Amino acid sequence: MADVTKIYVPRDMAALAMGADDVAAKIETVAEKSGAAIEIVRNGSRGLLWLEPMVEVETGEGRIAYGPVAASDVESLFASDFLKGGAHKLRLGKPEEIPWLAKQQRLTFARCGIIDPFSLDDYRAYGGMAGLDKALTLDAPGIVDEVKASGLRGRGGAGFPAWIKWDTVRKAEADRKYVVCNADEGDSGTFADRMLMEGDPFTLIEGMTIAGLATGATKGYIYLRSEYPQAFEALNRALVVARRRGVLGASVMNSGKPFDIEVRLGAGAYICGEETSLLESLEGKRGVVRAKPPIPALKGLFGKPTLVNNVMSFAAIPWILSHGGKAYADYGMGRSLGTLPIQLAGNVKRGGLIELAFGISLREVIEEFGGGTWSGRPVRAAQVGGPLGAYFPDKLFDTPLDYEAFAAKKGLLGHGGIVVFDDTVDLAKQARFAFEFCAAESCGKCTPCRIGATRGVETMDRVISGVQPEKNLGLVRDLCEIMTDGSLCAMGGLTPVPVMSAIDNFPEDFNTRARPSVAIAAE
Amino acid sequence: MTAYEPWNAERASQIIAEHAALEGATLPIMHAMQEAFGHVPDAAVPMIADALNLSRAEIHGCLTFYHDFRRQPAGRHVVKLCRAEACQSVGADALHADIKRELNVDWHETTADGEVTIEPVFCLGLCTCGPAALIDGKPVGALDVGKLRAALGRSH
Repeated sequence: MADVTKIYVPRDMAALAMGADDVAAKIETVAEKSGAAIEIVRNGSRGLLWLEPMVEVETGEGRIAYGPVAASDVESLFASDFLKGGAHKLRLGKPEEIPWLAKQQRLTFARCGIIDPFSLDDYRAYGGMAGLDKALTLDAPGIVDEVKASGLRGRGGAGFPAWIKWDTVRKAEADRKYVVCNADEGDSGTFADRMLMEGDPFTLIEGMTIAGLATGATKGYIYLRSEYPQAFEALNRALVVARRRGVLGASVMNSGKPFDIEVRLGAGAYICGEETSLLESLEGKRGVVRAKPPIPALKGLFGKPTLVNNVMSFAAIPWILSHGGKAYADYGMGRSLGTLPIQLAGNVKRGGLIELAFGISLREVIEEFGGGTWSGRPVRAAQVGGPLGAYFPDKLFDTPLDYEAFAAKKGLLGHGGIVVFDDTVDLAKQARFAFEFCAAESCGKCTPCRIGATRGVETMDRVISGVQPEKNLGLVRDLCEIMTDGSLCAMGGLTPVPVMSAIDNFPEDFNTRARPSVAIAAE
Repeated sequence: MTAYEPWNAERASQIIAEHAALEGATLPIMHAMQEAFGHVPDAAVPMIADALNLSRAEIHGCLTFYHDFRRQPAGRHVVKLCRAEACQSVGADALHADIKRELNVDWHETTADGEVTIEPVFCLGLCTCGPAALIDGKPVGALDVGKLRAALGRSH
């Protein structure tokens, strides 16, 4: 029997966007022509996204990576004997030895990019299912105790201690409870949820199943944004496998306890990442924010006790259960414990997924991992935490990635996304965009957000065109104060964060000299 | 390019029936309709309302709330261009201006020949390889006008 060489070509959406399907097809064709026996595995991405499509070949010495590979490189790769790990200008060596990856602390992303995303045996071989096995030996309070010991805080952005929600749902009495995964990853600069769902979906499934055991919920929903068609396919494929193998269903791993999961698609509304509007949307309604209380943990989906957590929160759970909450809490700083999957994006040379303990500085991420801008120009600003996060200038880059440290600098960590801008950025334009985005995505329930965002765009337009800029900037500040204090949810409440950070940190971009020809009153 | 079925009330009833038993079935039904017909026509509203025992106003409200759902057919190609900050940082705004000029359309509009609809989208999770787009559902990174022309099979 001829030796079959395994070749890994990621099916991660970012790899596909750079031509991974063409590369896989070309490898297939060339291998057939040359009579080489190969098997292509479509894995997830390891997160070195500037190297995608990153092709890996299994050799006697382990996996050897090449990248970024274009379809037009494939002939020359075969000519260089890449099936044996041969030398080539795209050869990167062993992926785990690439410093960018070697420096990371991969707990949640330990398997992503390594395993076949739909092979439960692969998943188990790399440490998967150990958390669920452990959870099945504990009672519900015992599981919650591990989550408490881990110090895990909600990774969706709010940073709320996860165990409190878990314990509240556990203690709630009801005929039916739900576990809902917020997979509406709408923040620009974030893609960790997407990568995990595409590259290692069983981790999310396992985490949610453990949550079901801990809370007594029997049904899980993954509310997935429609902008992620690959993740939708991947999750559904993995759920079929999980059901067939008895992980999900009437008796989870023969424990006698039922739990199943269904994926639901959102429909392009950013606000549905807010947990109460997400629940409205799951119920089949407009994604309008609910007033709290009642909190979803007591009265959530269809009025039943509901645990709502982000993908990254659930995905941290299997590791926490299998290694113990204490081991997880040994990572991190202050009250931010464990690891943070950081997403480095925008105008950056080496962008991707960087999982590290909390506490690394923004500068280390941008300079050491990122290697500066993609355009080669100086870095001028970084927006951290998505469209509702602050724009930081160089002088704030030494802030450590930690919930409290960011709050102290009037920023927020959010979902851990960092978008880098070079010196061509115009912060007045970015501030205007923050209002424009809020106007487009507001659910419309409360006035400060619905009207304030539109007035913000109009007023910023006056500032930008030099109409009584000082006076109008004063109006923008007033408006921001009202939106911060008077909005029902984080959408209106945090839109002032990018606006005010742009004004305060980059005052030189806000033209404060009125143009005499357009002296119209500030309104 | 995606080929859609022409509107057919019987087929629509069938789609509704397939999903009506789901909890909170409104969005799954609308997604399935749009997948079949390319849009969710107003004629579908009373049918969905009836099947789910909801008012027409509730269904209309839902249909018009979500950016994804179209009430009119789109062009043969749908191009979703990411307008979010990570793509802005690598020149998406200028690219979008060029594309809109070349196709002579604004956001949500379809070219005069009915070929291409341009829609804005806020983040595709392709934030390291912008400007990003979904062209007929296919992800494309590092988009430029040439790549778009090639994907659409247009020579100009």
